[in-house]
Amino acid sequence: MTSMSTNTLPGRGDTGKQHTGGPERTADRRRLTFRSPARGRQARAAWLLAGPFLALFAAFMLLPVVWSLLMSLTDTQSADLRTPLNVSFVGFDNYVRLFQDDQFFTALRNTAVFVLVALPLTLAAGLAAAVALDRGIRRFRAVFRVGFYLPVITSIVAVAVVWKTLLEPRAGLVNLVLGWFGIDGPAWLADTRFALPVMILMAVWRNLGTVMIIMLAGLQSVPQSLMEAAELDGAGPWQRFWRVTFPLLRPALLLTAVTTGIGYLQFFDEPFVMTDGGPLDSTLSATLYAYKQFGNGNYEMASAASYVIFVLIVALTVLQFRVLRDKD
Amino acid sequence: MSTLTTLPTAQPGTDRVLKRRRIRQTWGRPWLYLPLAGALLLMIAPFLWMLSGSFKPEADIRSVPPVLLPTAPTTANYGELFSTLDFTSMFANSVIVALAVTAGNLIFCSMLGYALAKLEFRGQRAVFLLVMGTLMIPGLVTFVPLYVLVSNMQLTGSMLGLILPFLAGPFGVFLMRQFISTLPDELIDAARVDGCRELVIFAKIILPLTKPALATLGIITFLGSWNNFLWPLVVAQNESQYTLPVGLALASSGQSFTRFGILLAGAVVVLLPVMIVFLLFQRQFIAGIATTGLK
Repeated sequence: MTSMSTNTLPGRGDTGKQHTGGPERTADRRRLTFRSPARGRQARAAWLLAGPFLALFAAFMLLPVVWSLLMSLTDTQSADLRTPLNVSFVGFDNYVRLFQDDQFFTALRNTAVFVLVALPLTLAAGLAAAVALDRGIRRFRAVFRVGFYLPVITSIVAVAVVWKTLLEPRAGLVNLVLGWFGIDGPAWLADTRFALPVMILMAVWRNLGTVMIIMLAGLQSVPQSLMEAAELDGAGPWQRFWRVTFPLLRPALLLTAVTTGIGYLQFFDEPFVMTDGGPLDSTLSATLYAYKQFGNGNYEMASAASYVIFVLIVALTVLQFRVLRDKD
Repeated sequence: MSTLTTLPTAQPGTDRVLKRRRIRQTWGRPWLYLPLAGALLLMIAPFLWMLSGSFKPEADIRSVPPVLLPTAPTTANYGELFSTLDFTSMFANSVIVALAVTAGNLIFCSMLGYALAKLEFRGQRAVFLLVMGTLMIPGLVTFVPLYVLVSNMQLTGSMLGLILPFLAGPFGVFLMRQFISTLPDELIDAARVDGCRELVIFAKIILPLTKPALATLGIITFLGSWNNFLWPLVVAQNESQYTLPVGLALASSGQSFTRFGILLAGAVVVLLPVMIVFLLFQRQFIAGIATTGLK
């Protein structure tokens, strides 16, 4: 093996020999050979430590990802799935079919509305809660923090059941409270105009706690001296927030925007449990569309739709990095 | 202090200023409590409604307009939940799956996290980018092949099928790597000089120092697994493998309004354990979430 690599291929060991010209190279090489036993031991240990994770990861993540991509390019019928090699490639036919399907466009539009409204609302609400708790509240801070965070840790199924009863048109709490103010509440989840907005509000309710916790930590790491200096320079509270605090929060904001955005583009659980995409597809999301294709045995369409969502996630993430990353 | 207060012009003003400062030191901004308390009530109202509804007798649940508190509190909903829906075995399944998944993630993610943070090896950057890249991949991309894979392995209908695909996730690697890279290199170098083997360094020195991050990852993974819904719904083939969310969702789908009392009781049973875990460990949990966000 070694003789073969020295003769035919420019193997790793040879690179030093080929560039023996400069004094820097030789120094470099000497240092490398001196440390190589330790390096080798470290590398062996590293692969031992990485091995179990990578084995599971390859089997249950990488293999399915590649398999899914192949599936989206084939004419697989569910019966052939157990022998994945026995399929015919059809290029991008499934994607073409996907974009000819009006229902997929409805699903994409609903997802876009959901993300574009829910994401900024969640970030703003979480940030507002964090600023209020950080500046204004000294007593009972833990109570507020835990209360705002509670929805984050709850099971979406349990929460969906509860919201379904809350939104019940006649026997639910929401319309009872609206009735106190003389408002005749709508049928919420059964009304095409309200079903999606309700789910947007639910998403904000459920996720603002995460944003709040991360922002709160960011706010508490803003040095007090910086704020005092700005105050001495005559900056008002508004200016202090936008000029001093906000730039320091930007990394935290970027992280929460990216992770929440990834989650929101996969908007699924609420419509799945509460409306099954209805009424009249008004809450059908792209992920729910993919899931329904899977349920109908159109595995290749489900895979193609998932890859479209993946591309959208990458696009949104890149956009967020462009907009929110530190400009300096 | 006395010299200050004897200044004639400053006295009335400083008094008020001092008083205001004292209020601010103990309370912050008092006027903010009311709107925040209102917001807090909005946040927890669904939980209060759930709790109250789970104790409501049938008549209260049917009542239009609804009643806020049960007129004659009853535990019948809970009784029926466990007798008709077999919630006991679902509860056990949820616990087993969540504990196994948590243990797997703690072990495998800390191992890889350490290798990525502190050891040098060829392909390190590639491994890191590969694992992190999958954080962006939607669950449904892997869902279909994963289902085929698990059913080809004859694992649908076994607990292993619920556990195996979730034993090692990229988020845990991210969290552990972030945390371990904040530990000082000198510690590891000193151990190496003393002739400590690499794996022993990991087990005896790094792991004990990583407890806060392990606690955070443990809680996050446990909650995630406990609340996981779609995968167990599709993979579990009969009631003996259902987890709590699956059982609850199937009970709620297509059922009529009359069963809401039982469903709300079911929601309480699903939420109560995670709330207890969260309330017990909220300090570590929140600290952990915050550190992931900042680095």
